[in-house]
Amino acid sequence: MAEANTAAAASEYKAVIGLEVHAELATDSKIYCGCSTTFGGEENSHVCPGCLGMPGTLPLLNRKAVEYCVKAGLALNCKINPFSRQDRKHYFYPDLPKGFQVSQLDLPVCQNGWLEIKSGDGVKRVGINRIHIEEDAGKLIHGAADTKIDCNRGATGLIEIVSEPDMSSPEDVYAYMEALREILLYTGVSNCKMEEGSLRCDINISIHKDGEPYGVRTEMKNLNSLSAAKAATAYEIKRQEKVLREGGVLFQATLRWDDDKGLNYVMRVKEHADEYYYFPEPDIMPIVVTPEEIRLIRDTLPEMPKARRERYRERYGLSEYDAGILTVNKALSDLFDQAAGAGAPAKTCANLIMGDVARLLGEKGLPPEQAPFDGSALAELANLVGEGAISSSAASKVTEMLFEPVYAGKSPKAIVEEMDLGQVSDESALREMCRQVVADNPKIAADYRGGKKQAISALVGQVMKASQGKANPGMVNRLLQELLQP
Amino acid sequence: MAITKDTIRQIAGLAKIGLTDEEAERFARDLSKIDTFVGQVAKLETEGVAPATHSVQMKSVYRDDVMIPSLPREELLANAPEHDGSGFLTPKVLDEG
Repeated sequence: MAEANTAAAASEYKAVIGLEVHAELATDSKIYCGCSTTFGGEENSHVCPGCLGMPGTLPLLNRKAVEYCVKAGLALNCKINPFSRQDRKHYFYPDLPKGFQVSQLDLPVCQNGWLEIKSGDGVKRVGINRIHIEEDAGKLIHGAADTKIDCNRGATGLIEIVSEPDMSSPEDVYAYMEALREILLYTGVSNCKMEEGSLRCDINISIHKDGEPYGVRTEMKNLNSLSAAKAATAYEIKRQEKVLREGGVLFQATLRWDDDKGLNYVMRVKEHADEYYYFPEPDIMPIVVTPEEIRLIRDTLPEMPKARRERYRERYGLSEYDAGILTVNKALSDLFDQAAGAGAPAKTCANLIMGDVARLLGEKGLPPEQAPFDGSALAELANLVGEGAISSSAASKVTEMLFEPVYAGKSPKAIVEEMDLGQVSDESALREMCRQVVADNPKIAADYRGGKKQAISALVGQVMKASQGKANPGMVNRLLQELLQP
Repeated sequence: MAITKDTIRQIAGLAKIGLTDEEAERFARDLSKIDTFVGQVAKLETEGVAPATHSVQMKSVYRDDVMIPSLPREELLANAPEHDGSGFLTPKVLDEG
């Protein structure tokens, strides 16, 4: 990342970047009919005459789609238009059975917002031009002899979030997508599963020299991972710079990024402006959002990740790094809030979540929402560690057991007792063990006394081994130091 | 306003329809007549009249986010000119994204 920054700083060109992000809405049913929005499923099993646009069918707008769009708008500091409308955007392609996509042209639901992103050491505000609702297209499966159409995804509700061209580097693009994804996840507007295509972006890029007019813009379509968006942006900026440095001419074009090969190629050169013969969708009545509705939706907004991070730093004294990791996922962050909120030592809770809990979720292939215990169990575990009743390695073991079905519903205390994981903090017993270890390892003891202070860790290790991992390592360390004093 | 053959060709291009020269000429002629006929509306006095996009005065007509069963696939595909039992088939298209 540092290298890319340096390269960008060294270039005589400035990049101007704007993003169009499509997010599939987390509704149960499609946007204009009751078909399921579940990902996958047998081809064409979530399709009805409505989403195929058969003659005689009428679309009926999903209330939740409007609510989610307003919610995203409020979370992104937008103005919510009291009156908006849907329009038909016409184009002919087999993934769109009706021959038009229902979208919004001049009266979107939300306008004029902003999103703060990390940029270098500071923050940067990226303008949100608009957010509108529209329908997704179906999927084409290209065979050797023909093309097959799967309409399962067709007519699923989307919001399109159009940024202002306020970004200037691949890092900006990454930070913007990351921040946007967080907000959509926290608000529950989209599940943002990029691997399932439920969050994807088109990237518009032009470059120009300082003081000169903006350059010719290209558009890269359908980037479906944060890292691909970043790599594609870096590549396209370099490509445009190279063309201009060699005295070439850039064309306004639509490009496709090939993430495997790490390069882009031209899908089509734009000779004319796109002509979609938009007109107002006559079958869907105008969307009127009242101030009362806006207030009710605003009340459902959760605390945003940025505010959470600040609270974690101020109230719990977590580092920026820890606060950042914890808030990447709302479910993990909620777990932390429950445990730390119940008075358990915050740093221990954070370490347990970022360490063993995250690792075990990964190993079991569980999404964080499905962690098999709640914040109160985590608080109990963190308290046991905090009181010195168990060691951190024993805490790891207890966490592992919490994931085992046979221990389902058991409290950490019960597991500690059952597995005899309690830490030995009995001073006289530990002193006896230490004395034995020092006697058995005269050479290491002599090394320590001779000034090799790090030799003590070998002795601590021996005591831990002798105690089967149950000795309190802090006490062992202190006792050994006392015993080894010259 | 007369609709020219060029306009017809441009629209046919967008709709991915191939036209012979005679067809383009005929459509230009026919559509020009239709356009002139419909164009009479433009002569009406509309000063002070708000633009109307819908023929009824309703707003915010919604349905609740409730899933209902989709059409069985056999029925869905029954009228398709070509299908393979699970999907609609078209002649091979290039992926334009």
